[in-house]
Amino acid sequence: MSGAAQARSLNFAAACKDAGAAAVIGFALFLPLVGFNTVPNLNNELVLQTRFGTLGTFVAIITAAAFLRTLVVAPWLARRARLPARAPGKIPHWLSRRFAPFALGFVLIYPAIVLTLTGPSGALKWIDNFGIQILIYVMLGFGLNIVVGLAGLLDLGYVAFYAVGAYSYALLAKTLGLSFYMLLPLAGILAAFWGILLGFPVLRLRGDYLAIVTLAFGEIIRLVLINWIPVTNGYAGISGVPRPTFFGIPFNANDDGFAAVFGLPFSPIYRTIFLYYLILALALFTAFVTLRLRRLPVGRAWEALREDEIACRALGINTTSTKLTAFATGACFAGFAGSFFAARQGFISPDSFTFMESATIVAIVVLGGMGSQIGVAVAAVAMVGGTEILRELDFLKEIFGKDFDPVQYRMLLFGFAMVAIMIWKPRGLVSTRDPSVFLKERKTISRDLVKEGHG
Amino acid sequence: MTAALLDVEHLTMRFGGLVAVNDVSFSARRGEITALIGPNGAGKTTVFNCITGFYKATVGRIVLRHGDPLGEAELALLTRRGERRLKRRGGTLYLLERMPEHLVAEDGRVARTFQNIRLFSGMTVLENLLVAQHNTLMFASGYTVLGVLGIGGYAKAERAAIEKAEHWLEATGLIDRADDPAGELPYGGQRRLEIARAMCTDPVLLCLDEPAAGLNPREKADLTDLILKIRNDHATSVVLIEHDMSVVMEISDHVVVLDYGVKIADGTPAAVRSDQKVIAAYLGVAEQEVARVEAEVGL
Repeated sequence: MSGAAQARSLNFAAACKDAGAAAVIGFALFLPLVGFNTVPNLNNELVLQTRFGTLGTFVAIITAAAFLRTLVVAPWLARRARLPARAPGKIPHWLSRRFAPFALGFVLIYPAIVLTLTGPSGALKWIDNFGIQILIYVMLGFGLNIVVGLAGLLDLGYVAFYAVGAYSYALLAKTLGLSFYMLLPLAGILAAFWGILLGFPVLRLRGDYLAIVTLAFGEIIRLVLINWIPVTNGYAGISGVPRPTFFGIPFNANDDGFAAVFGLPFSPIYRTIFLYYLILALALFTAFVTLRLRRLPVGRAWEALREDEIACRALGINTTSTKLTAFATGACFAGFAGSFFAARQGFISPDSFTFMESATIVAIVVLGGMGSQIGVAVAAVAMVGGTEILRELDFLKEIFGKDFDPVQYRMLLFGFAMVAIMIWKPRGLVSTRDPSVFLKERKTISRDLVKEGHG
Repeated sequence: MTAALLDVEHLTMRFGGLVAVNDVSFSARRGEITALIGPNGAGKTTVFNCITGFYKATVGRIVLRHGDPLGEAELALLTRRGERRLKRRGGTLYLLERMPEHLVAEDGRVARTFQNIRLFSGMTVLENLLVAQHNTLMFASGYTVLGVLGIGGYAKAERAAIEKAEHWLEATGLIDRADDPAGELPYGGQRRLEIARAMCTDPVLLCLDEPAAGLNPREKADLTDLILKIRNDHATSVVLIEHDMSVVMEISDHVVVLDYGVKIADGTPAAVRSDQKVIAAYLGVAEQEVARVEAEVGL
């Protein structure tokens, strides 16, 4: 036998072994996750169902993947490693430089693209579920990025400020009848006020302790919303929240409505498109303000605080006010996003402000690369758009069987994605830091040197 | 004799039952380099932490004088009033033990470096020096409000801050590394950058905690030149903790020796070098002393 043939048969044996191991682990893992399912029957009792067909498909896919990995991918990687080293995995310069303007241009014409591709009735879903939904999370990600990414304070209760903004708008709009544009800044200010209120007790806390207290704060706000029934209407929520108008012209079918004023046939798509551009403007505003703040002394102080708090104090920086401004600024943007959310939905309830939302926003910031605007935007598209797109993957039913619902697996995929990112890109998608100022040459800084903060 | 820039009076620092510093008094005069030496665990860094406000002294008074020195009457008045500072004519008195650490740096203009270097390692060398000018820039940016709107003289203030940073980068030989992350500098460069960063706050008193630790002989020579230059060319006095006696003896005007939290000697380098107590603290008890004690106990 020649050396090459011998190596191949060795590889084949190793691949079979790996595939067998993967099959056993996959079976053990997915038997409880996928193999069994509990559904309520007509008497509202839980009944155990088995889904061994779907389980078999899962295990087969894993086995095949492990087999191919050992037989094909691993030797290919080994060959590539022996080749002379190229620049280590750098994104081409033109791509990193032009990505932001290109992405901005795309989101600006996105409604037009969708309208021409799917027509007005189909476009509603794509603009609303994908466009607006993702942009809300982009904005929340930008806001939390100030607290977590720049100042290095891990805030697991960020959704509380989102809730404050949403309820501020809903309650004030319903009781005082003020317009959306009046209440938007007011909601931001109220959320910032709560940000400072949370900031004071947690000033001395760091790391895990800070995370726990902020998490509890998020829960406290949610429980207050549930139990303060005279004001918030508890679980039932607040319905009939006034919708934003086109600078005074409402989006309805009346004679003074948007469609009639502009001589167009009535359609709900106008409001959706308007909301899309509204949240786009808000998200861009957040990004713009954050970029400016980073170049101002307060932004540098936030980053210095993340790097070394004691050195900050030795340089005469008041760390108390620096932390409070970080909390307040982050909370303010969440307040804007919250009031937009209430105005878009027309209905809010405590169910929209669970810990899951906070976790998603933190995940977006961490996946994106803490402190990076573009990274956060891409991560928001992947996380929120990814879960939305699962609803569209009907062809998976052909593979996994008729009763397979991809949406049910979104948490599983979410987990896979997090693990994968933490293995390959532990510092997030954009793992460099841009200096805020330079003398001769702008050099990006590797994230390995950048600290993550004490919490 | 002019009044000292800094007076440490009867400083005592207790941590629970441990007395780290016990009734230590010394002065640092304007335009002089004062060295604080002593064996490991003598309480030198604790004294530093008390001066710079990181620790609140258990007992004692720490007086800092800006401008024209004020008299004893004013000092007594300030102490009685329970305030932090007293401003009269062309001079100001500060009681540092009453001030939080960031005000010691901002108002008292006392800058410090750390024994274990504390740089903002993920920020560039230049950014490190701009963070040091935070309070000046914060005022210029209208406490962020005007800066975000892009009005006011922030751009001009930032240019001035960069110029000052450039001056100190040239003085410390780091000008070519200005746009590199601070964490990538070699050890000696990081030590120098920490001094440059402290100097960017325009201090009247610079406290250096073991600036020569871990440096090679050449770097040590550069460092002594830098410290002498800071004293001679700028209105900055220096207090430094150092274990390297060659550095201490070469540059200090005045040496204070601590051992087990107590001051055992205070004077010129030459006087301290020949002080029996200092020799005993550093090298153990002298031989004739051992012989005398042995004779006393009848061995």
